[in-house]
Amino acid sequence: MIADGQLELRRVGLQAGGRVLIAPFDLTVAPGHVATVMGPSGCGKSSLLAYICGTLDPGLQAGGQVLLDGEDVTALPPERRRIGILFQDDLLFPHLSVAENLAFGLPPTLRNRGLRQERIAAALADAGLDDFGDRDPATLSGGQRARVALLRTLLAEPRALLLDEPFAKLDVGLRTRFRHFVFDHVRSNSLPTVLVTHDPADAPACGGPVIQVGLTGEANGGHNP
Amino acid sequence: MATALRQLRPQAAPRPTGAWLRWVPALTLGLFLAPVGAGLIGTWLPAFGYFPALGGTEIGLAPWRALFDYPGLGTSVWLSLCSGVLATAVSMGLTIGFVAACHNTSVFARLRRLLAPLLAVPHLAIAVGLSFLIAPSGWILRLVSPWATGWQIPPDVALVQDPYGLALTLALVVKETPFLLLMTIAALDQARAGDRLAVARSLGYGPVTAWLKTVLPAIYPQIRLPIYAVLAYSLSVVDMAIFLAPQTPPPLAILVFRWFNDPDLAMRFVGAAGAVLQLALVMAAICVWRLAEWGADWQGRRWLTAGGRGGAGWLSCRIAGSAMTGLYGIAAASLLGLALWSVARRWPYPEALPVSWTLDNWVRQAYGLWWAGGTTLLTGIAAAAVALALTLGCLENEQRRGLTTSGRGLWLLYAPLLVPQVGFLFGVQVLLVRLDFDGTWIALIWSHLLFVLPYVFLSLADSYRRLDPRYARAALCLGASPNRVFWRVKLPMLIRPVLFAAAVGFAVSVAQYLPTLFAGAGRFATLTTEAVALAGGADRRVLGVYAFLQALLPLLAFAAVLAWPSRRHRASAPPAGAAL
Repeated sequence: MIADGQLELRRVGLQAGGRVLIAPFDLTVAPGHVATVMGPSGCGKSSLLAYICGTLDPGLQAGGQVLLDGEDVTALPPERRRIGILFQDDLLFPHLSVAENLAFGLPPTLRNRGLRQERIAAALADAGLDDFGDRDPATLSGGQRARVALLRTLLAEPRALLLDEPFAKLDVGLRTRFRHFVFDHVRSNSLPTVLVTHDPADAPACGGPVIQVGLTGEANGGHNP
Repeated sequence: MATALRQLRPQAAPRPTGAWLRWVPALTLGLFLAPVGAGLIGTWLPAFGYFPALGGTEIGLAPWRALFDYPGLGTSVWLSLCSGVLATAVSMGLTIGFVAACHNTSVFARLRRLLAPLLAVPHLAIAVGLSFLIAPSGWILRLVSPWATGWQIPPDVALVQDPYGLALTLALVVKETPFLLLMTIAALDQARAGDRLAVARSLGYGPVTAWLKTVLPAIYPQIRLPIYAVLAYSLSVVDMAIFLAPQTPPPLAILVFRWFNDPDLAMRFVGAAGAVLQLALVMAAICVWRLAEWGADWQGRRWLTAGGRGGAGWLSCRIAGSAMTGLYGIAAASLLGLALWSVARRWPYPEALPVSWTLDNWVRQAYGLWWAGGTTLLTGIAAAAVALALTLGCLENEQRRGLTTSGRGLWLLYAPLLVPQVGFLFGVQVLLVRLDFDGTWIALIWSHLLFVLPYVFLSLADSYRRLDPRYARAALCLGASPNRVFWRVKLPMLIRPVLFAAAVGFAVSVAQYLPTLFAGAGRFATLTTEAVALAGGADRRVLGVYAFLQALLPLLAFAAVLAWPSRRHRASAPPAGAAL
């Protein structure tokens, strides 16, 4: 299989205490595309993402392979997978300033101080927050925090992106703008992306494959366009 | 569905890094449970006559016969039981009554904020301060004499060291109620008390009845172990009892302590038997308390379902609020009394304040204060640091492995607090002597660790477990290693609960009396041992200096935590119930 930077899930499924939450399914996401996993709350969507990025709660059992760029990353610890994730809450670290939060995302291999500063300044400019570097994240608006969270994720140079209902807590006008902001970056960074949501409005906005998971545990769809 | 299950091929979970972490819980348990177990055995053997070092090689009941023939033993046991059980019952009643009647009031909020300093003050400082306060020549009578009482000389009544042990009981209540209050407040947060209350109130229950009927049943299981710890402590306290309990005969724990220090080495056997009796007394009291819980549960169920709604509860709030405020007042007045005596040159009866002041008391004691204070400080810092490292290791290991703690784990943690100190410290001493280890710094710090560790763990665990796990996940997915996540994300976010736990550990270490004596082999003088040694001397000014400094060190530790800059920490969970 040609696997040029794509994210591939093979027979990935999820169960809790013997109860099947998500039946095994296959999914391939090409770089720059967004696959959507739809389902009601509590059906295990977030746990599915946790399994993909390697932080699944040990109380749950999941199976299947996660392949990135043709490489099986299923056995790797989360920090070595290089799969970025964006949650419903921005989770900016409250003990770090905005710029320090962004610096936390930058890979340690980038040693040059000046270069690191440049990357952070560029990210701040990208988010429209040029002079906000020294600010406490708590003083930012919801939309500003969301943008910083995405840029922190992108500065870590992920090979794939997971979105765990990151638009749910934003109000409607902001939601559309932030959605565009995210998807523009997905395209410009050529990231294979998986979005989980219970909001049907999110799905058509992505235009990628859509998977429906429900409490029945059945997964439908999953075909690449 | 069956095929679906079979297709779910489980993958090997990512191997957690930091394999050495997995040994921390075992190391912790070994470090602090093994000495307790060894100490118990080392106490039980002499109790039945086996102690080769003193020529006891035959198992027999001779020590027990000597114990039961000892004049006044019955009175001693009765005294221990009365003061211990009464102090525990009053502390619990006061705590539950106060929270039930005053939750969501300004009194509650105010007293909650002042809880940390009250917890910090060592037992002994409260005992000494209280004896200065309520003695016939104490501050209270000075304030009302002679204009109200007509007394020109102190009245000849036993207000401290009274035959019923009431002074000791009062001091225990002053010191143990804040601890139970802290544990109750911590349990409230976990039990979502607000939701329960809202439901009950909407069904027409008055605030106090709503709390007692819907919140108390949910939180009692969580404050049960703290209550047992208070019971065990109150039944077997030594340092406070030396100042406040009657001495002829004294409570059982003091009797046992005297036998262990008797010049006649043969009394060690009687002491060991007495230590076993002390342990049995504590265990029996806990069992009876448990039975009473069942009785109360059975009765309570009928009351719960009978539908009584209760009133607005403003009177109970007034009463409980006053009682708790009074308790804080006693503690504050005790401390103030220590401070006044430490700078008094002349304070004749019945003057309300010293007639002349001086710093000489401090200057003359400077040498002793320097050494005892230094030993106290070093031991406290070392014990708190080791306890903090072990606690963080255990909690981090638990999170990386996704373990959940069981109730049994909590019982193990409480073990050193449920076993009376005189019940096993002699055995620990015997063990240390055999290992040629007694009287060393390591033995001293280790003996303090036994009691510091549980409190450090208890004060940190909730905050650590409650930190939103997604912060760590987000950091991991940004490529940070688990160790980096620990140092750069979790620790900074939890810095205040961590420092608070360290201060708690330091305060517990400062307060230790028996462990310092038994493990230190008399080679280490701390502020606590020096203050107790001054008990007979009756120079209140010198005693005031030592006891006040003993209280001051933990207070300063807590003040340092409060003063820690708090910018950008607003989202980190505050320590359970702490007034930060």
